Amino acid sequence: MNKKKKYGAIVIGVSAGGLTALSFIFKKLPADFSIPIIVIQHRNTSQRDLLEEILQEKCKLKLKQADEKEKIKEGTIYIGPPDYHLLIESDHTFSLSSDARVKYSRPSIDVLFESASYVYQDRLVGIILTGANNDGSDGIKRIAKNGGMTIAQNPEDAEFPPMPEAAIATGSVRKILSLAEIQKCLLKINQE
Amino acid sequence: MNFDKKEFQDLLDSIHFIYGYDFTDYSEASLRRRVEHFMTSRKMDDLTYLGRTLAKDERLFAEFVLEMSVTVTTMFRDPAFYKSIRENVTKRLATYPFIKIWIAGCATGQEVYSLAILLEEEGLLNRSIIYATDINQKSLQIAKEGVYSIDGLKEYTLNYQKAGGTKSFSEYYKAKYNHVMFDKSLKQNIVFSPHNLAVDQSFNEFQLIICRNVLIYFKQSLQNKVFDLFYDSLCPFGFLGLGNKESLLFSDKKKHFEDIDKREKIFMKKKISS
Ligand SMILES: C[S@@+](CC[C@H](N)C(=O)[O-])C[C@H]1O[C@@H](n2cnc3c(N)ncnc32)[C@H](O)[C@@H]1O
Repeated sequence: MNKKKKYGAIVIGVSAGGLTALSFIFKKLPADFSIPIIVIQHRNTSQRDLLEEILQEKCKLKLKQADEKEKIKEGTIYIGPPDYHLLIESDHTFSLSSDARVKYSRPSIDVLFESASYVYQDRLVGIILTGANNDGSDGIKRIAKNGGMTIAQNPEDAEFPPMPEAAIATGSVRKILSLAEIQKCLLKINQE
Repeated sequence: MNFDKKEFQDLLDSIHFIYGYDFTDYSEASLRRRVEHFMTSRKMDDLTYLGRTLAKDERLFAEFVLEMSVTVTTMFRDPAFYKSIRENVTKRLATYPFIKIWIAGCATGQEVYSLAILLEEEGLLNRSIIYATDINQKSLQIAKEGVYSIDGLKEYTLNYQKAGGTKSFSEYYKAKYNHVMFDKSLKQNIVFSPHNLAVDQSFNEFQLIICRNVLIYFKQSLQNKVFDLFYDSLCPFGFLGLGNKESLLFSDKKKHFEDIDKREKIFMKKKISS
């Protein structure tokens, strides 16, 4: 067992324009990247696991849809299933819920971020990428309040700026970075 | 709000103690979220205060229970599930002279009418009886009436078609003002009644049990308890249908069931019991 890392998990929220942005970041993550990454991508209900198949093609890490009651493991990227909220429990397992939509969204980025922040406190990194709504801004606030690291994609670099803009407008974002910079930042965080 | 773990646990314990409602085995993260939502909408910010108020105010508590249960549902939810029931299960059900079905956690009943329609089209409804249960009395009342807002109709119709429906969906309901009312003939073989999966016992033996999008709200320990209950309530070779994201994967009863449709989460009880 190596020494405990500074961060226990990375959560990413992304909406419109997500496939390109996620592919860009995941493509360059090395096979030994150990911090678990948990992603909420707003998407159509009918494509049950198409997104996972496409993204797995492009990355060296294991990537899968998060299962109900599954234990979060190192070196894995998890994507929330369509039409369910994804939450993290205190014992580091996932739970799903079909509660009402939050800000018109299910899955909701806020729901994942807030539950993750409760569990990981200051050992959490929260990232908001491209998107056309304002989901995730409350989650970012919560992560910052609990001492976690908060990052938003630079709106100028984002295919759809409103989502990172809304996150930045909360005043809770610590770093505003381009996709390439986020990529580098993740590599650095993995060493800490 | 950042709830203190112990205070949250105390709240659930005192609710259990005072009202007999046991939420302690519900998945915590989403329960916490709903409690948080309940408090913000009533401008409260202190868990201990909430606990004390709930203990004294029965009406508020009734509202609390309703808000703690998630009632989201639709007709032919996950159409592929119903298609699979049609293709893989109904033929075997047809071999029984009398078919008993339990739908646990039926919420406002859309799932129950969906199944009744499917059975009708397979020529099985007249010799079936569907027991539909839930803990939420308000939802059960709506289920019994079988009257729904017309807003959902487009989705219902689309889902019906995707689920392999063989007729025109409009044959099954009457539309009036802003509502649709499902046909009386569908209701004849349905019994709606309260049942709490966390505490109540088995009440019959069934050929098919459907319990979808209920277990995701339970911790593993309570899930296991409910799987035991279902196992005991199924006849040999009886079928169990779960929600799209639910599985027996992490449960102790896994080896007593066989996969019928892995993707749609349909299982069959093996004959030999241990
Ligand atoms: C999301 S709804 C699922 C409705 C429907 N089965 C479906 O899949 O669309 C969950 C239902 O489970 C019910 N429920 C929650 N706890 C329960 C318990 N302990 N016993 C019975 N029903 C319960 C809730 O009242 C709610 O109606």
